[in-house]
Amino acid sequence: MSDAPRPAASRANTKKELPERFRNHRHVWVFVEYEHGRIHPVSLELIGEARKLADKLGVEVAGVLLGGSEPEMREAAAQASQFGADLNYIIADPILTDYRNQPYTKALTELVETYKPEILLLGATTLGRDLAGSVATTLRTGLTADCTELAIDDERSLAATRPTFGGSLLCTIHTLNFRPQMATVRPRVMAMPEADPSRVGRVVMHPLGMMEDDIVTKVMGFLADRESATAQLAYADIVVAGGLGLRSRENFQLVRDLAAVLGGEYGGSRPLVAKGWITADRQIGQTGKTIRPKLYIAAGISGAIQHRVGVEGADLIVAINIDPSAQIFDFAHLGVIGDAIEILPALTRAFQARLSVNRLAG
Amino acid sequence: MGALHIVVCIKQVPDSAQIRVHPIYNTIMRQGVPTIINPYDLFALEAALQLRDQFGGAVTVLTMGPPMAEESLRKALAFGADRAVLLTDRAFAGSDTLATTFALASAVSKIGETWGTPDIVFCGKQTIDGDTAQVGPGIASRLELNQLTYVAKISKLDLEAGAIEVERRAEGGTQLLSTKLPALVTMLEGSNEMRRGSLACALAAAQAEITVWNAAAAGIEDLLNCGLKGSPTIVKKVFAPGAHTVRAQQIELQDRNADDIARDLLDQIFIRQPQVEADLMRMASGQ
Repeated sequence: MSDAPRPAASRANTKKELPERFRNHRHVWVFVEYEHGRIHPVSLELIGEARKLADKLGVEVAGVLLGGSEPEMREAAAQASQFGADLNYIIADPILTDYRNQPYTKALTELVETYKPEILLLGATTLGRDLAGSVATTLRTGLTADCTELAIDDERSLAATRPTFGGSLLCTIHTLNFRPQMATVRPRVMAMPEADPSRVGRVVMHPLGMMEDDIVTKVMGFLADRESATAQLAYADIVVAGGLGLRSRENFQLVRDLAAVLGGEYGGSRPLVAKGWITADRQIGQTGKTIRPKLYIAAGISGAIQHRVGVEGADLIVAINIDPSAQIFDFAHLGVIGDAIEILPALTRAFQARLSVNRLAG
Repeated sequence: MGALHIVVCIKQVPDSAQIRVHPIYNTIMRQGVPTIINPYDLFALEAALQLRDQFGGAVTVLTMGPPMAEESLRKALAFGADRAVLLTDRAFAGSDTLATTFALASAVSKIGETWGTPDIVFCGKQTIDGDTAQVGPGIASRLELNQLTYVAKISKLDLEAGAIEVERRAEGGTQLLSTKLPALVTMLEGSNEMRRGSLACALAAAQAEITVWNAAAAGIEDLLNCGLKGSPTIVKKVFAPGAHTVRAQQIELQDRNADDIARDLLDQIFIRQPQVEADLMRMASGQ
């Protein structure tokens, strides 16, 4: 009941009547996720998106940076400005060194209440989703999760489009009468903007106003992933993926072989996770990773909409499927109607041969 | 501190593998689509049952939905939950995540008044129909529970001290967190394997009395926070994803063997993406 699409007729005609207390909310904010010494790329992608929204609205883009060290935050703010932020709000306090829900919720909520943005965007990462739900509930405002498109409508409202029912449908959601209008977007859904090294922004420092003793949750440690497939798959230049058309877990090795020769990452469609052929962090699609590689090779994947929304940003999509009517041929650029189990190893051999020629020549 | 009391929030969802969209009206065709317990919720339920088995106490399952959602509660009872509460009222129809968390948080409070304050509220990490992952954090916020999302493992529970330690999935690694009870935990998929319910549980589940609450029974007086009225978001438009106009260029098969087809495909890839060719050649020549 909660987040299913409601009948379009139910309140689609609701008028915008923004209460007086929200009318001075201005500007588009991006929560800039900073952890372990770097900005999460999704935040820079969002600054690019925020820039477009702010230009349409005629307002500014602001980044929000929370962390333990002021010099680090200032450096990150400078980077955010190069990607398009006009100003950055910084709260630097040792309490914020590691992400914890309680102090981050307080910090972000207080900034919103003090400086009153009209739009607040966050990356749909484990951190962003943990934080966004708390902040939206505390502020009693609307939050649209995992958006694939953001636009401004004729009434200066944010039109946030997201897939629903596993991507079978898209719905456009508005938060007409509350501010800020909040949305999360998954990594790689929006394109990375160009940095402009000459661009500088203003900085506004703000105090946290909390004591460590106020905080119940303690971070006892952090174990970095040895192989951060999560990050590598989403940001890989070349991705090879398999689907049920591979017919067995053993045959999935053919996908890994090709990915290895290409120096790329491998993944699979959702049913493979259910079957245990691949781990959940290798799933590509609406409920898995969104990817934007230069080359995407999909072998034995039918191309259901839930998969499609996760790969549409690829520069070149190559589909291998034995079924000529498979949906994947509707959005792939190059197709081979054939058995993935035969074509994949042949393609691996072809690349090996071509690359070894170059190795000899080089 | 008394016996352990855990509340598990579950949701009945359409089996997404079988969802069809009406080709003309763009509506979900629910007729004939079987419903299941949201698969992510099963990891939460199993985690709760394991703790109850270890520490004693009771597991209460809670769902909000239409009267037919009772079916999901009976399944949860068959897995071994001790009691079930169905929160159902027309006033909840059209709830977005904020209104949903209001209703569920109210019901959790009422469960606390009725059977004892819960030590832990469990949720799945998200649902398969909405995929928002926002309801768990929303409930935690409203009830001021210490929030632990994407939990892969509960490492330690100390009821005497009212303390819990977990391994939480974070960006690029695992965060080890400790906090105090009461807490809200959303469980990560794959964190455990759902047990097979015993025959005794299955028989008991079929006979069990399910507590059914409407808004008033759950202690909700102000319906302005419920359903469409309590939802700040408005669905303006529902539509099917646009179809591509250009279909894939097919590599000619012409009765050739797989190697010839593959070489042809490779050439086409390099023609369309010279950058990929350049990158690969640089990699092959060892820089």
